[in-house]
Amino acid sequence: MSVKEYIRERYFPHMWCPGCGHGTILNSLLHAVDQLQLDKKDLVMTSGIGCSARISGYVDFHSLHTIHGRALAFATGVKLSKPELKLIVPMGDGDALAIGGNHFIHAARRNIDITAIVMNNRIYGMTGGQFSPLSGAGKKATTAPYSTIDSAFDVVKLATAAGASFVARSTAYHVLETIDILKKAINHKGFSVVEILSQCPTHYGRKNKEGNASQMLKFQKDTTAKIGSKALEKNPLLIPRGIFVDNDVPEYCQAYDEVIERAMKGRKA
Amino acid sequence: MTEKIKFVQGNEACVEGALYAGVDFFAGYPITPSTEIAEVLSKRLPEKGGKFIQMEDEIASMCAIIGASLTGHKVMTATSGPGFSLKQEALGYACMAEIPCVIVNVQRGGPSTGNPTHVSQGDINQARWGTHGDHSIIALTASNHQDVFAMTVDAFNLAETYRTPVVLLFDEAVGHMREKLIVPEAGEIARVDRLRTSLGKGVDYHPYLPREDGRLPMSDFGGDHRYNVTGLFHDMWGFPSNNPKVVSGLLHHLNDKIENNVHNITRYKEHFMDDAEYILISYGSSARSAIHIATNRRARGEKMGVLELQSLWPFPEAMIREKCANAKAVLVVEMNMGQVMRHVKAAVDRPENVFLVNRIDGKLITPTDIKSLLRVIQGRGV
Amino acid sequence: MARLKLKEHVINRDWCKGCGICVDFCPKQVLELDSKEKVIAARPEDCICCKLCELRCPDLAIEVLTDRDDKND
Ligand SMILES: Cc1ncc(C[n+]2csc(CCOP(=O)(O)OP(=O)(O)O)c2C)c(N)n1
Ligand code: SF4
Repeated sequence: MSVKEYIRERYFPHMWCPGCGHGTILNSLLHAVDQLQLDKKDLVMTSGIGCSARISGYVDFHSLHTIHGRALAFATGVKLSKPELKLIVPMGDGDALAIGGNHFIHAARRNIDITAIVMNNRIYGMTGGQFSPLSGAGKKATTAPYSTIDSAFDVVKLATAAGASFVARSTAYHVLETIDILKKAINHKGFSVVEILSQCPTHYGRKNKEGNASQMLKFQKDTTAKIGSKALEKNPLLIPRGIFVDNDVPEYCQAYDEVIERAMKGRKA
Repeated sequence: MTEKIKFVQGNEACVEGALYAGVDFFAGYPITPSTEIAEVLSKRLPEKGGKFIQMEDEIASMCAIIGASLTGHKVMTATSGPGFSLKQEALGYACMAEIPCVIVNVQRGGPSTGNPTHVSQGDINQARWGTHGDHSIIALTASNHQDVFAMTVDAFNLAETYRTPVVLLFDEAVGHMREKLIVPEAGEIARVDRLRTSLGKGVDYHPYLPREDGRLPMSDFGGDHRYNVTGLFHDMWGFPSNNPKVVSGLLHHLNDKIENNVHNITRYKEHFMDDAEYILISYGSSARSAIHIATNRRARGEKMGVLELQSLWPFPEAMIREKCANAKAVLVVEMNMGQVMRHVKAAVDRPENVFLVNRIDGKLITPTDIKSLLRVIQGRGV
Repeated sequence: MARLKLKEHVINRDWCKGCGICVDFCPKQVLELDSKEKVIAARPEDCICCKLCELRCPDLAIEVLTDRDDKND
């Protein structure tokens, strides 16, 4: 198959701005799904609200475009009620970690077999450039004209502490790594979190004078480094990329099957 | 046979009704006075291969049941006031995306944390208008356990028939009180199951195109048809659209499918209503006191009857107008500041003859409360 | 291993939004934006078929069609 087989072509060109990293993340995800040769019938994409969340309309999966921050809760219902489906849940940084933060940590804690993708552009794109819990301090946003004073979550540490059994980070620039990580995340049995740094040239880039899409991508290249790399060793301030957690931990739906077994036995006894 | 006769709480009667209707997925978050529903289902659902999940909050619970409904399951959540408030955004989503689901609200005193362990009927209007935007909704209620059971089965049936969320508005007194329940044999009460599309693989399926009879066949996630579900205004494929025609068409559809079927959805009971001149309109646990009074008064030859509402939304306006046409006085008996009374006034020909008997202090309305007002109306002094 | 040989860059001009990412990151400067701000393959002969333009394109507007070049086996 080709990646085009996995999209709803009639809705293209998509709604994202020129140079928006979200489009590249869609592209990487399609390549991952294509390389894994997944059957579209088994794929469900659930998303919330945001520029990022519009991704679900473009893929030819079963798609559930929901409400702001709650995509993982919807996905939990889909997955637990029909565990044979593969759930992919892309979210914006605000969607996943501001309004949806509670669902994020609890889905991780349960280790339910869902692939969560944080499309982190460090800003609220859809509503026009307000700061997010991933902006970090000292950033400009429409609601931070004097710069932000809030510090940011580290998605990798947060997901790890909350119990996600697969945790990774990549960027919109590092497409080959992203595809590889997404393939592993989708195949992983349990809750996987993939943070992908994305760029919003329209709001974040403009407000913070980071230039156009290409300059923002170059920034992703220059400010990150692979875990275990010399570059990271030399400069620990760089943001590490790669797979941080890949554990074999009991998965929620499987554990629930055992609950059913116990309940049925109890009934017969 | 004896297994079918139970002595249970109202909340358990609700569980029995849900199981009878075929519930196989429940998501919830504990809150008094609804918690027993979650507790009992956490035991009963896995026994029949169903799924129970305790979510991180009521929002997540509401979202999870919507997700599970889309894979073809019969789903329910249960809560009380504060939790019902939290569910509102997702409830609106279920209205918009036309997802069958059942939401139980065992009412307690509000606003806010209010009076957790005491009875109230203060969420009637919230069930109708709690979520934003024009929409329609179905809400049912019951005054005794046999009816709690029946209305719960009905709630599932209506949810499937109209592809809509259905709210069960019970109250603390009914939820916690114990009384007899006879669980009917399977098949005694009809069950409406999911209407699935008969279109095969490769045929263009329109999840939001009503059939001639107004119903919209569904297709399970994981099935042959892949489509989009969204809370945005959408076309017949489920794709976002802000085309004015699509927007107004959908909004009319969401309202009409319910409001044009009031006569099919309306559920009520008449107690001594034949020639009643004094009519008590009530529902839920308040109706028990109303029925008590009417029974006594009838024994004394007074023409008093009770119109017990079992469906509150869509409001059974036409039925109430007709039943109250010859009434000298209509007393609405409810535990709030007149939420149903206002709609009764709007429905009847002589609103000046409509009076409110209420209590809002967390105590059940007693027959004496009703008697006091009757004395005034009937000109017998205070 | 068979090396890849370029057949053509298939560019969907309706989908291309002219962001320039492919142009800026092509290791061989094969691509350019034309006067309509749409990408074109200006120097296809230099293409090494790394397909990074295809993979990075946020608009799914480029496909690098290739053949296997068996001569280099
Ligand atoms: C309950 C609720 N609150 C607020 C909004 C408004 N809103 C829509 S998208 C959004 C934030 C989007 O930012 P993010 O999740 O980071 O995604 P992006 O648009 O940057 O991809 C907000 C606040 C909403 N739709 N619903
Ligand atoms: S506003 Fe930002 S996040 Fe949204 S589509 Fe444009 S570039 Fe992307």
